[in-house]
Amino acid sequence: MARDEVGPGLLAAIGAGGVLGSLGRWAVGLALPHTPSQVPWGTFLVNVTGSAAMGVLVVWVLSMDRPHPWLRPFLGVGVLGGWTTFSSYAVEGRDLFASSSPWLGLGYVLGSLVVGLFAVGVGVTAGERLFGRRR
Amino acid sequence: MTALLVAAGAAVGAPTRFLVDRWARHHYRAGTILGTLLVNVVGSFVLGLVVAVSREPGAPSWLLPLVGVGFCGALTTFSTLAVETWVFWEERAWRPFVANLALSLVLGGLAAVAGYAAGAVLS
Repeated sequence: MARDEVGPGLLAAIGAGGVLGSLGRWAVGLALPHTPSQVPWGTFLVNVTGSAAMGVLVVWVLSMDRPHPWLRPFLGVGVLGGWTTFSSYAVEGRDLFASSSPWLGLGYVLGSLVVGLFAVGVGVTAGERLFGRRR
Repeated sequence: MTALLVAAGAAVGAPTRFLVDRWARHHYRAGTILGTLLVNVVGSFVLGLVVAVSREPGAPSWLLPLVGVGFCGALTTFSTLAVETWVFWEERAWRPFVANLALSLVLGGLAAVAGYAAGAVLS
């Protein structure tokens, strides 16, 4: 199959990955509930862990000679795209600005980004230990 | 029941993101960055709207899990934004690094605020 070809199988695989990741994120949200004026730790948790996992995934896929063309779309776009969320991050940041304090909102928004970027670095380093250096 | 709504929304949201990303990569040199930005901004607007509507009394209970948690959650991504921005950092490409973060934060934030305001007016 040509690498660029998009068939119903690939889209179904991405959709299935998205369902898995999103159900996981939903469950985390149920386990860590929050009001609009509280820091949404559930979203913080999924975004940081998903960023670390994405770092591992990128190194893993790059370490393969011939990765299955569905592997990265399924895991990266589907599972991790479903597990992490930018929209909740943005709307919950808005909530904190509006119903708590601008400083808390700013701290949440910038803190998620800084910790998320750091998590990618941790994931890439872990991936390199597991699968060898990036080529 | 709620899980089914989340799953149904995600089953549409994730492939939609893939197709938007692919379209952007075919048409623009900075395609992957633009694709991520586009889904995140649109998803933030829609989620803001859905959250505002869902907080009104009598709002349909299926709206937030289906369109918000499922569709918008799977359409938007934090992990890809983080990894794409991290690569700019690694390459010491400061202008794209700052531009990507600034555009995502400013446009995503404005979209969430605008969507919420629109939802509050509608309901």
